[in-house]
Amino acid sequence: MYYRAKKIVILIILHAFLLSVALSCIFPFFWMINVSLKTPQEFDADYGLALAHHFNLDNYKEVILKAGFWRYFLNSIFYTFVTVVLIVLISSLAAYAFSRLQFPAKNVIFYMFLAAMMIPLPAGFVPVYILLKQLHLLNRTGYVLAMTNMGLSLSIYLLKTFFDQLSRDLEDAARIDGCNKLQIWWHVGIPLVAPALSVVVIFNALNVWNEFVLASLMFTNNNIMPLQVGLMEFSNRMVTQHTLIMAALTVAALPIIFLYIKMQKQFVRGLTAGAVVG
Amino acid sequence: MNSLIKEKTVNFSFIIPALIIFTLFWIYPFFYTFILSFQENDLISAPKFIGLSNFKLVFTSGDWWSSMYNGGFITLWALTFQNILALMLALSVDKIIRLRKFYRVVFFILPVLSEIIIGLLMKQFLASEPVGEDVFNHLLNGLGLGFLAHNWLGTAYVRVITAMVHCWKGFGWAFIIFLAGLQSIPDQLYEAARIDGAGAWHCFTKITLPLLMPVVTLVVVLTILGTMQAFAMILALTGGAGGLTTVPVMVIYDHLRHNIAGLAAAEGLVLGVILVAVSFTMFFISKKIREKYGVLPS
Repeated sequence: MYYRAKKIVILIILHAFLLSVALSCIFPFFWMINVSLKTPQEFDADYGLALAHHFNLDNYKEVILKAGFWRYFLNSIFYTFVTVVLIVLISSLAAYAFSRLQFPAKNVIFYMFLAAMMIPLPAGFVPVYILLKQLHLLNRTGYVLAMTNMGLSLSIYLLKTFFDQLSRDLEDAARIDGCNKLQIWWHVGIPLVAPALSVVVIFNALNVWNEFVLASLMFTNNNIMPLQVGLMEFSNRMVTQHTLIMAALTVAALPIIFLYIKMQKQFVRGLTAGAVVG
Repeated sequence: MNSLIKEKTVNFSFIIPALIIFTLFWIYPFFYTFILSFQENDLISAPKFIGLSNFKLVFTSGDWWSSMYNGGFITLWALTFQNILALMLALSVDKIIRLRKFYRVVFFILPVLSEIIIGLLMKQFLASEPVGEDVFNHLLNGLGLGFLAHNWLGTAYVRVITAMVHCWKGFGWAFIIFLAGLQSIPDQLYEAARIDGAGAWHCFTKITLPLLMPVVTLVVVLTILGTMQAFAMILALTGGAGGLTTVPVMVIYDHLRHNIAGLAAAEGLVLGVILVAVSFTMFFISKKIREKYGVLPS
């Protein structure tokens, strides 16, 4: 009886602790959505703490249509999609070669990619920005290429270690059936590494979607700006328009939160992939 | 012989796309940083070789070292407050059965979102105009804690608050890694210890902590690397707060924006070397500790 009571008390304390931290994670987002549904007058009266009584979508109309967030959003989707496709193709080709094929200087080149992952380059954006400027690539193409490079090393490493664990039986069968190496990579290799590819896709998609530094240096034109830079510009312009800023933040945050809740296992694996390597 | 060369060429062609991008955007920029750091380069006129002047400027610059101090200050909070909180949460979640998944999902929301979103959201939450009239203070008043209300992003508190927001964004990530580490410790060890009469505290210090050492080192190193290079969240939250929360990458970014690229590169190199040195030292220390405790490296 005594042990049972003690156990229950401990459980209550643990849950109180966990719940209070969880609440601190959730509350600001409820507040954000709540404020985004209010008029400026309503916000001034209650700081957005009282629940909005009606679904007033004027702020969203203003932000998405007038302030051009639909364009920022589409730009971000474009950058993310193209970069992730490029990374998946390029890194799976290279990872397949590092795991299965023989060529000169193979290990040296592989260790070079590994070293790139380990060495911290806090000012890496400085030479990359200058290079892109010299090449007249301060545009969509330049950004996608630079972002592709950012995810390449880790993706190659993850896929290579995954290839290493797979048996070669299927590939041998394909070879006997007359497939060349490129066909084996496409028809056998890629389907086999699909589980690891989902990690690669999420890790890189989030990386590009959330990237700010290089994008803010490269893009001054509103038409090609991604979401993060657009948000920052908008908030600098609209300092006192709290309800509009909240609508903009909701537009940027809510889709990601939904995606994350739908596929949280892949998100966790994708985001901790970098840590496991270290 | 000829066919062998042909085969190796075909094999090599698989890594050519990766190699081109890597050479252009990693190897070249890496070496170019060193060249740049010896130059006066305003991105318009021809670069001038100026020897070690940039480094002299970095080492004597008050702004640079105060940004390093601010970065170090936030790092200390992240190392202690954020990571101890994360470890406590992981230990708690490891103990309970109900709602386990709920906590895991909720704690990881913040690391998934971008630094700009977190920074701007918290700025709206804490920034006050007129002074003292922000949402957080309003909440404190409502909870009967009005005496705690302050001008949070004003000069007195802005540095601590920035560190707190950084910890708030980052703890979920350390939590997930600690939890994975805890769950990899076999239950039999605890059972055996309990049969030998060990209490909860003994189990924690003699089993959990030593076996968790590799994970702790990993989290410590990644916290240092991540926090010393933090930038976007702080830019969105405070914009530097007139030097009170300028961090190293913010200084580098500003110098590049003002076309002082040589100095920016030199600053990046100084910070990079410090970070490499710190992480090597940490791994060395943890290896020593593990040897002392006789725990096998994972």
